[in-house]
Amino acid sequence: MTTVATDPQSDHSDHHDHPAFLAHHFENPEQQYDSGKLGIWLFLVTEVLFFSGLFVAYIIYRYFNPEIFIYADDFLDVRLGFLNTIILLFSSLTMAWAVRNAQLNQKLGLIINLSLTLVCAFAFLGVKYVEYSHKFHDGLLPGKHFNPVVHHEGEDGHAADHGAEGSAAANETSEHESSEGIAEHPAEKPIPRNAGIFFSIYFCMTGLHGIHILFGIGFITWLLVRAVRGEFNDQYFGPVDYVGLYWHLVDLIWIYLFPLLYLIG
Amino acid sequence: MATAHESTTNETSAHSADENYLTASYGLKSWLLTLDHKRIGMMYLMGVMGAFFLGGVFALILRAELFLGTPKTVLFDLNIESLGISMTAADMYNQMFTLHGAVMTFLFIIPSVPAALGNFILPIMIGAKDVAFPRMNLCSFYLWIGGAVCFLLAIVLGGLDTGWTFYAPYSTSTSFGGVFAALCGAFILGFSSIFTGLNFIVTLHTMRPPGMNWFRMPLFLWALYATAIIQLLATPVLGITVMLLAVERVLGIGIFDPQYGGDPVLFQHFFWFYSHPAVYIMIVPAMGVISELISTFSRKHIFGYTFIAYSSLAIAVFGFLVWGHHMFTASSELGAAVFSLLTFSVSIPSAIKVFNWLATMYKGSIDLRTPMLYALSFLALFTIGGLTGLFLGTLATDVHLHDTYFVVAHFHYVMMGGTLVAFLGGIHYWWPKMTGKMYDEKWASIFAVGIFLFFNLTFFPQFIMGSRGMPRRYYNYVEEYQIYHQISTIGAFLLGMSLLGAAIVLLRSLKNGEKAPANPWGSATLEWKCTSPPPHNNFDNPPVVGDPYDMQSVVYDPEIKGFVDRKPDNPNPATS
Ligand code: HEM
Ligand SMILES: [Cu+2]
Repeated sequence: MTTVATDPQSDHSDHHDHPAFLAHHFENPEQQYDSGKLGIWLFLVTEVLFFSGLFVAYIIYRYFNPEIFIYADDFLDVRLGFLNTIILLFSSLTMAWAVRNAQLNQKLGLIINLSLTLVCAFAFLGVKYVEYSHKFHDGLLPGKHFNPVVHHEGEDGHAADHGAEGSAAANETSEHESSEGIAEHPAEKPIPRNAGIFFSIYFCMTGLHGIHILFGIGFITWLLVRAVRGEFNDQYFGPVDYVGLYWHLVDLIWIYLFPLLYLIG
Repeated sequence: MATAHESTTNETSAHSADENYLTASYGLKSWLLTLDHKRIGMMYLMGVMGAFFLGGVFALILRAELFLGTPKTVLFDLNIESLGISMTAADMYNQMFTLHGAVMTFLFIIPSVPAALGNFILPIMIGAKDVAFPRMNLCSFYLWIGGAVCFLLAIVLGGLDTGWTFYAPYSTSTSFGGVFAALCGAFILGFSSIFTGLNFIVTLHTMRPPGMNWFRMPLFLWALYATAIIQLLATPVLGITVMLLAVERVLGIGIFDPQYGGDPVLFQHFFWFYSHPAVYIMIVPAMGVISELISTFSRKHIFGYTFIAYSSLAIAVFGFLVWGHHMFTASSELGAAVFSLLTFSVSIPSAIKVFNWLATMYKGSIDLRTPMLYALSFLALFTIGGLTGLFLGTLATDVHLHDTYFVVAHFHYVMMGGTLVAFLGGIHYWWPKMTGKMYDEKWASIFAVGIFLFFNLTFFPQFIMGSRGMPRRYYNYVEEYQIYHQISTIGAFLLGMSLLGAAIVLLRSLKNGEKAPANPWGSATLEWKCTSPPPHNNFDNPPVVGDPYDMQSVVYDPEIKGFVDRKPDNPNPATS
């Protein structure tokens, strides 16, 4: 967005009772806070609706193609997903705590808690990076790029390529390998048609969620800078509160994504 | 940085008599970086008028092409071998109607009333200094610019010929660059629209002055409020839809593309879940304008205030339940029947409004000024558009009329005859407030009548040829339809000239117009209580809130050629 300084409106010489944080067009701090609060709630509504499109797609494809979901789910690493769930839950705690710190004028606590939240956000993305690179490596890609690779003991390569772009031929290819591979390796099961759709949905949902984490990192950094400058106090803590709400929503979406993607089948 | 600042600081304590938002600061930067809702509204106004002009040029090219209906009228086969460009006249036609539709819907009509007029008027109508989030407001404007740039890019990057609806799988298999750029544009414009809506909702909730409860709010604000709700609830779905389509386009993820197991009908559902409500984003604010116009120029209290207010909300709610009527031919029979039924239910709140407007005029002292002419023209055209919508909502007839010119005529009656005409009425109504100038009444009303007549000349024949089977989106036709197309094309050019005329009358007033009084029409809403044009902070002292439709609260003062508050010897009867 733009800088405010140039605008003549930021001139409140005729309102001596206006504290510095109060924008010129609001009557009093309560009105400003209430506006911000309503604004952020409405924004969160739009976020929910934004994700809802993906949830609807998920429901429809799962309803019509349960076999894809059961098959593909085995490729996701529940432990990593669980780790990320814990990380995010913890970060929600520190975020909520930060809001409390701001309300109680605890500058140091605010800085610590915001930093912790930030660390969690990066940790989450780190784990996601590990997961993603694994999938790229194994050819578990969305849609037409879906081209799973089977690993054999000792060789970590693309030797036996089951390359079946969702074609019906997939069913035959996987059979002759079964003796060699690790028995429960998921790629040994017959590949259902259009299995790539699961990964489309997986990458869209987690990717969009990841972008929200990135935005969250931006917001929290901004709060951190302002907190260090000592801009928040018991009269003015709105921004911490709003970002907190945003962060909880991002968290909540993950709470849904985790079971829907990792814990099926 | 501080240039704009300095010019005002020494004046703030004592507002000179004619200081206003236009003279509060000077220079391009003071506009481009402004946070003043009035200036943002004006920039939006210029932007949407520019888009309308562009879309209008496309429309006229289409109509010119259809005059003879052979490939060789205005469009031509383009073959530049050195650049590898080869395009037939038919391709060009497809690109033109797509761009016409996309520009008109996304760039013009959705932001027209809310973002341009609403931005300017809403805060003043509630006696506030600004909207709740001025920076977000400016951001919304720049997003609009960004979206417009994307659409222009789409033309350059190979064009766009999917129709403004971007139906898959067509959109996933043709003109990569154009489709992608346009999808980005639609996505960005969606956020622009969401920001405006969010701003309005919060402003109306938290910044109304003491004394203005929800049912003391002018109906224009109710309309904007209902619109904002739709914008907030529907647009995100469009956002995710076009985003998925863009990802589909780039990566082939197989959500919509049947080639990889995707479901194109799912796209249609997603698309219309937004785009049907979007037609109410287009029409509801226009209805709000009409409520103001009819009451003011009938010099009568609006009839059935609460009915009109609630019907706006009802439209907002019902609007979400009927998207399937765009897909009768693509959905199950039961689904289609249910959607058909729901579609009829939406017409009820619209009809309620029409009846209330008529009742307001009944025994009023109707003043046929230009804005009122537009309001009457809206009533006629919107009624035709609405009633023909019922034909399309009826399952049996729709199967015959689907994708014919009947549909084209129907939505032009609603969108152009409805929204555009109301928008023009609104511009004429608030022009003195926005610019401080009165336009030439005689010429303005002549063009208003011209627009009404030529509009009908353009679009009425389309009902006839549509019902006889002329399909839409074709650049050619059989002999039988020629006469209708020719009438329609002649009408379209005359219509275009009338629109241009109306614009010239307004622009000329900037130079030659008389100075506008604070309240030229005798309205009772708050925006007429500040000077024209309003000062930078709208009101130096908060205005007294009364009944927004109590026309008896103001009296004509021939000396200033405008209306002033009735003197306290006849105390303000603000209790009805
Ligand atoms: C001078 C006024 C206008 C004329 C002469 C005009 C003419 C046309 C024509 C010839 C078509 C193509 C029909 C077809 O082959 O299917 C069309 C389509 C369309 N017009 Fe207009 N139009 C005008 C104003 C507007 C306005 C104000 C809107 C505002 C919403 C609008 C929205 C549309 C839309 C959405 C389509 C559908 C495009 C598509 O099929 O993808 N038009 N118009
Ligand atoms: Cu519809």
